[in-house]
Amino acid sequence: MTNNDFLLALENVTVSFDGFRAVNELNLYIDKGELRVIIGPNGAGKTTVLDLICGRTRVSEGSIKFKNQEITTYKEQQIVRLGIGRKFQTPTIYEDLTVFENLELSMPLGRSVVGALFWDRTQQVKERVHEISEMIFLKDHLDRLAQTLSHGQKQWLEIGMLLIQDPELLMLDEPVAGMSVSERVKTAELLNEIIKNRSVIVIEHDMKFVESIAHRVTVLHQGKVLAEGDMQSVQANPRVKEVYLGH
Amino acid sequence: MPAARSDLRVLELVGFAIIAALILVFLPLVLDIFRLNLVGKYLTYAFVAVGLVLCWGHTGILSLGQGVFFGLGGYCMAAFLKLEASSVANTKIQSTPGIPDFMDWNQITELPFFWMPFKSLTFSLIAIVVVPSILAYIIGVAMFKRRVGGVYFAIITQAIAAVMTILIVGRQGYTGGINGITDLRTLLGWDIRSDGAKYVLYFICCFLLLGTMFLARFVVDSKLGRILVAVRDQEDRVRFSGYDVSNFKIFVFCLASAIAAIGGAMFTLQVGFMSPSFVGIVPSIEMVIFCAVGGRHSLVGAVAGTLLISWGKTLFSESFPELWLFAMGGLFIAVVLAFPRGLAGLVTDQLLPRAMKANGWMRRQRQPSPAPAE
Repeated sequence: MTNNDFLLALENVTVSFDGFRAVNELNLYIDKGELRVIIGPNGAGKTTVLDLICGRTRVSEGSIKFKNQEITTYKEQQIVRLGIGRKFQTPTIYEDLTVFENLELSMPLGRSVVGALFWDRTQQVKERVHEISEMIFLKDHLDRLAQTLSHGQKQWLEIGMLLIQDPELLMLDEPVAGMSVSERVKTAELLNEIIKNRSVIVIEHDMKFVESIAHRVTVLHQGKVLAEGDMQSVQANPRVKEVYLGH
Repeated sequence: MPAARSDLRVLELVGFAIIAALILVFLPLVLDIFRLNLVGKYLTYAFVAVGLVLCWGHTGILSLGQGVFFGLGGYCMAAFLKLEASSVANTKIQSTPGIPDFMDWNQITELPFFWMPFKSLTFSLIAIVVVPSILAYIIGVAMFKRRVGGVYFAIITQAIAAVMTILIVGRQGYTGGINGITDLRTLLGWDIRSDGAKYVLYFICCFLLLGTMFLARFVVDSKLGRILVAVRDQEDRVRFSGYDVSNFKIFVFCLASAIAAIGGAMFTLQVGFMSPSFVGIVPSIEMVIFCAVGGRHSLVGAVAGTLLISWGKTLFSESFPELWLFAMGGLFIAVVLAFPRGLAGLVTDQLLPRAMKANGWMRRQRQPSPAPAE
């Protein structure tokens, strides 16, 4: 079988921590332009899957191909440079820098030591930062230290830091965790905006939120795919109900 | 509430100007050459502190082995001066004239090959910066590429400081051993022991230090400086923004080491010798304390801290020599517990906001409070 058509293809991926198989012979294919939501009970291996794709955890067996290129041995920054962006579960931003500087550092330019030392904050850089800050509702907060932002704003900032990288594949780990209801609505709006022109993998627990954004849903359970399909068929699946949705 | 960033920049410039005026004008006017020479010695430690601000304060890499680099710079300088002082005419009473006296005492009859290039001043000046940088690069690659960091890195650098001392003391035929390299006399025929030379060297040291502070300021103000802060806060995020974190850590560690080495070379020139007692664990930790007391986030603070503590050490140990170590330990504990950002933090976080409040500045300066998230 060929997987030429897929942007990302995980095949027979297994990772074990001291014998415990957190991910077990997993197969997962993501198309270009697809928005995929991964759900599953605690310990199903959702975050581990993202860790594997972005190189934070190494696979024990199997292959991960991005645009037909084997990336299992690549370092994190190499994978990022190929076009994969990752948002962490808790907001991971640079607290001691301003919002502007957070976004500026995330631009995919001047990434070498010399490039960074003689970096020039050009008009283009400023425009790009302003453009992104507008999308993530932070354009009036550019000069504030990131540590003074609210939790929801930090989450948006991190999404903005990924957007400015312009990745082909964006991976979001619980983007609405800890957000207020109105923040969730805004975030769903934001996600619907940013999934244009790129593929997105979202891990989420909040079923209402999932319904509002999902195209295709993958249910993970004990490191394996339990079910895959659109929201209705997954919700109707008796096994899914049993392990996850039922309670 | 800490002062706003633009205020801090102004404050840093003011501090810089005060330090420049102090060491370039005030101290030379009021101190005799003996005391001024002492200040010059303290200033050489300030180089190490500037390096520590970059690598510890900004990047979060605590090195407990900066004495190694200080010492290497000092030894490179001392090697040149020693060879010049060991001319055949000066050493004709030795069994092998023309080699440094400590080699002769250790039955070495020929100048070792690695001493040869130090006959050239150009080579020696380059070596002062390059030799420590190469060592720092090797340590950096070995540690940072494998993601060894934090307290492990501190312990390993401390071990390297210990190893270096043992090496220098143990190979005394090549290094001068525990006594170090002493009896340095002239630099290209210019007597560095005269009062005039001490004045000149003092001012050279001042200008080099101020230049180093400018260089450090440039690095901190560049995007690289912000990446260093980002590495300190969220190393993982920096990696997932596409940067090779280890390269940045290696860079800043090498830079800090090269700066420390310049200090070491100026030490040798002003004090007239170099010995393993400036290489080992104790001096390395002392230099970290200088930096911590002054404020490890602030270049001006670290330099001021170094001057104050060194000055205090001299005054205190002249009267109560055995109590100094206790005083220093107590001071360090006080800094960590009471004002973790050091003297500079005390000024920017406590004194300045209070002074501004008293002046009613705060009301005008205060930004509209952060809007709650909608």
